[in-house]
Amino acid sequence: MRYIEQQQVVKRMNGRKIINSIFKGIFMLATLLALLALVILLYRIITQGAGHLSLDFLTNFASRFPEQAGIKAALVGSLWLMAVVAPTALILGVGSAIYLEEYAKRNRVTDFIRVNISNLAGVPSVVFGLLGLTIFVRALALGTSVLAAGFTMSLLILPVIIVASQEAIRSVPGELRDASLGMGATKWQTIVKIILPAAIPGILTGSILALSRAIGETAPLIVVGIPVIIQFLPSGVMDTFTALPMQIYDWSSRPQQEFQVVAAAGIIVLMAFLLFMNSIAVIIRNKFNKRY
Amino acid sequence: MTMNSTAIATDAVIEQDIVSSNSVYKTNQLNLWYGANHALKNIDLDIKENEVTAIIGPSGCGKSTYIKTLNRMVELVPSVKTSGEILYRGRNIFDKSYGVEELRTRVGMVFQKPNPFPKSIYDNVAYGPRIHGIKNKKILDEIVEKSLRGAAIWDEVKDRLTENAYSISGGQQQRICIARALAIEPDVILMDEPTSALDPISTLKIEELVQELKKDYSIIIVTHNMQQAARISDKTAFFLNGEVVEYDTTDTIFSNPSDKRTEDYISGRFG
Amino acid sequence: MRQSVQEMIAQSKGKKNKQVLEKIIPVILFLIASVSVLTTIGIVLTLIFETVTFFTRVSISEFLFGTTWLPFSNKDAQFGIWPLILGTLKVTAIAIVVAVPIGISAAIYLSEYASESVRRVVKPVLEVLAGIPTIVYGFFALTFVTPVLQSFFPDIKIFNAISPGIVVGIMIIPMIASLSEDAMSSVPKQIREGALAMGSTKFEVAWKITVPAAMSGIVASVVLAVSRAIGETMIVSMAGGSTPRFDGDFAGSIQTMTAYIVQVSKGDAGYGTTIYYSIYAVGFTLFLFTMAMNLLAGYVSKRFREEY
Repeated sequence: MRYIEQQQVVKRMNGRKIINSIFKGIFMLATLLALLALVILLYRIITQGAGHLSLDFLTNFASRFPEQAGIKAALVGSLWLMAVVAPTALILGVGSAIYLEEYAKRNRVTDFIRVNISNLAGVPSVVFGLLGLTIFVRALALGTSVLAAGFTMSLLILPVIIVASQEAIRSVPGELRDASLGMGATKWQTIVKIILPAAIPGILTGSILALSRAIGETAPLIVVGIPVIIQFLPSGVMDTFTALPMQIYDWSSRPQQEFQVVAAAGIIVLMAFLLFMNSIAVIIRNKFNKRY
Repeated sequence: MTMNSTAIATDAVIEQDIVSSNSVYKTNQLNLWYGANHALKNIDLDIKENEVTAIIGPSGCGKSTYIKTLNRMVELVPSVKTSGEILYRGRNIFDKSYGVEELRTRVGMVFQKPNPFPKSIYDNVAYGPRIHGIKNKKILDEIVEKSLRGAAIWDEVKDRLTENAYSISGGQQQRICIARALAIEPDVILMDEPTSALDPISTLKIEELVQELKKDYSIIIVTHNMQQAARISDKTAFFLNGEVVEYDTTDTIFSNPSDKRTEDYISGRFG
Repeated sequence: MRQSVQEMIAQSKGKKNKQVLEKIIPVILFLIASVSVLTTIGIVLTLIFETVTFFTRVSISEFLFGTTWLPFSNKDAQFGIWPLILGTLKVTAIAIVVAVPIGISAAIYLSEYASESVRRVVKPVLEVLAGIPTIVYGFFALTFVTPVLQSFFPDIKIFNAISPGIVVGIMIIPMIASLSEDAMSSVPKQIREGALAMGSTKFEVAWKITVPAAMSGIVASVVLAVSRAIGETMIVSMAGGSTPRFDGDFAGSIQTMTAYIVQVSKGDAGYGTTIYYSIYAVGFTLFLFTMAMNLLAGYVSKRFREEY
C-alpha cells in the first residue's frame, strides 16, 4: 500500500495546471489593464489637445477667448519656478546627504534626522502648501512670489533628493575613499574630488525625477495663492507669476467646453516638458554607467 | 633618541636628513582594540629604512590592522582605541599636533584590491600632487611620467594617459595605484597584500617592482603568501593572534626560526 | 633639476585654509541637514498654532463630533469635520478596491511569471504612470471617466465619488505594484526552487510560498497607498465636487478634506477669518491621518518582517 497513488496525482495534475493557467491569465490581464489605463489617458489627451497646439498657443498670454488663449505666462513662470527650486533643493538635498553619509555619527540625533526624512516624504503636498502660506508668504512676507512658491516646492521634494543622493553616495566604493585619504587628502577634498564626481550621475537622475514632480504639482501652488490670470512675465524672483499646472487647472474648471481643449493642449505642453526632463535623466544614467 | 623633537615638529615634512639612526618606524608597546576586541597586543617593532619589511601571519592575526595603524587609516573604523606609541622618523604619530594628512603625505599606501579612481590614468597619478597644491601643468606632466616609469608601467600606458583607469587590466591598475602613491615622492610605502587580487604574472611584475623601489623607498608589505615574503623581503615579522611572535632577517625566519610557532607556520602546519 | 615633490608640497600655500575648511564644512552641512527637521517642526507648529486659533472660535466638540460642515453660511456656519472625513474615505475606499487587486496581481505577474525582458519593459512603463501629474489625472477623471460612467449609470452626477476614486486607484497602482514586487523579489530563490522541485505549479508557489512570505511588504505597500489616496488633492478637487455630505451616497457630489483646503484657497477667504483658520484645522486632521498611516506602514514592515 502506497500513500501516494500516481494515478491520482496525474488526475489532479490537470486541474492544478488549469488553475495555474487561469491565474496566470488573470495576473497578466491586470497588468495589461494598468498599462491600458496609461494608453487611454495619453490617447485621450493628445487627441483632445493636439488641434489647439500651435506656435501662437506657446506665445500668447491667457485670454477670455478660448481660441486666443495661450500658455506663455505659465510656461515662463514654470521655468522661473525651476530656477529657484533646482538650486535650492539640490544644495539642501545633496548637502544633507553628504552630512548623513560622510559626517554624521551613529547617534540619536542622526537617527532622528533619518526617521524624520522618511516621514516628511509621506506628508501630503497640500500640507506643504499650508506651510508655505504661513511661513514664506505671510511670516517672511515674500507674498505670492516665485521665491515663496519655489521654497515651498523645494521643501516638498527635499526628502526625495536626499534619499536619492544618499543612495548615490553610498554606492561609491569605500576603496576609493581609502585611496584618497591614504594619499593625505583631507575629508572634504576626498568628498569634492572623488566621492561627488562618482556619485553625480545617481544624484542627478534622482534629482531630475524629483524636479519633474515639482513642475507637475498643483495643490501647494493653489494653497500658497499663486494667481492664474497674468498678462506679464516675471522679471525677478520677487515677482508674482503663474505656472503650467495652475493654468491647466483654471482652464479645465471653466464651464465652456472649448476651454477643455485648451486645457488638454496645456497638458500636452506640460507632459512634453516632463518627458524632456526624464529623457535627460535616462541619458545621464546610461552615459555615466561607470564600472568600478 | 638623538633628535630634537621640537625642530621636527616645526619642519616635519623635510626632516628626513637630520635623522641619524636609520629607523623609519619604531613601534613601542602598541595596543589596539576594536571595541572590546583586543586586536594588537604589546607590539614592539623597529623598521629600518630602504629595506623591504614583510609582515606575515594567518588571517585575523592583526597584520593588516598593524599596517593600517602606521598611517592611521585604521581610525576610519569607528570604536577603535589605541595605546602605546609609533614613532615615525622619531615623532609619535598619535601626537595631537601631528595631522593625519601630514603623515599620509609622507607615507604612501597600496591596497589589497586595485582601487584607481574612475578618472583618466593621468588624473589618477596627478591626484596626489594636485590636492597638495601643485598646479603647474609642466611640473605635473613631469611627475606623472616619472611616477609611471617608477611603477614600470610607462611604456604600457604612455599613449593612453587620457583613458579611464578602469579600461586596463587588474595588474596594470595595481601598478597605476603604485604610481599614484609614488607621485608625491613618499618616504615609506605601505602595501597591504597588494597582489592578493592579481594573477601570477601580474604578481611577478609587482614583486620585481618592489625590489626596484626599495632603492629609494622603505617598504612595508603585508602578505599572506610566505613564498612572496621569502622572495622579496629583507626582514620578516611573524604575527599571531595580535602579537609579534618573531621578527628577524628573512633568511633567519625562514631557515632557522627561534620560535616553534613560527616554524609550524612557515612549514605549513597551520594558517 | 627641479625641487622634490615633497618640498613643493611643503611650500604650497593654503594649508591653513584647508584646516579651517575642514572645521567649518561639517557645521554647515549639519545646518543644511537640519532643514528637513525644521520643515517638520514648521509644519507641526504651523498646524497647531492656527488650529488652536480656530478652536478659540469654534468648539472642539463641534469640530470632532459634528456631522454638518457648512462653513460659508453667514449666520449659521457649522464646522463638523465628519462630512469631509467621510468624503475622503469614500474616495479612498474606491481607490483601494481598484488598486489593490490590480496592483498585487501585477506584482505577482512581474515577480513570478514575467520573463526578464517583459519586466524590463513593463516596470518603467508603470513608473510613467506614477510620474503623471495629478492635475492630468484630475482632468482625465472629469472629462473622460465621469462621462463614460454616466453613459452606463445615468444616476451618476457630474461630480461624484466614484470617478475620482477610480482614477486615484489608477494613480496608486504603480506604488502597490512596485513595492509589493520588491517584497516578493526579495524572497530567496532557493525557497521557490524548493517548491517547484516538488512539482508545484507557479501559481501554487506564488500563492502558498511567495505571497505569504512577502506579506509584510505587501501590506505595508497597501497602507502607504492608502496614505497617498487620503492626501491626494487635485483629482478629488476637480472630479469630486464641493458638497460636504454625511451620507452613504457615492453617485453625487462630495467633498474631501483636501478639496476643502483647495476650495478655500482658491476663493478669497480673508486672512484672519474663521474660514481661513478652518483650513489649518482640516489640514491638521489630514496630517494626522496620513502620519498614522505612514507610521503603521513602517510598523508593519518592521514588526512582521519574515526572516529568511
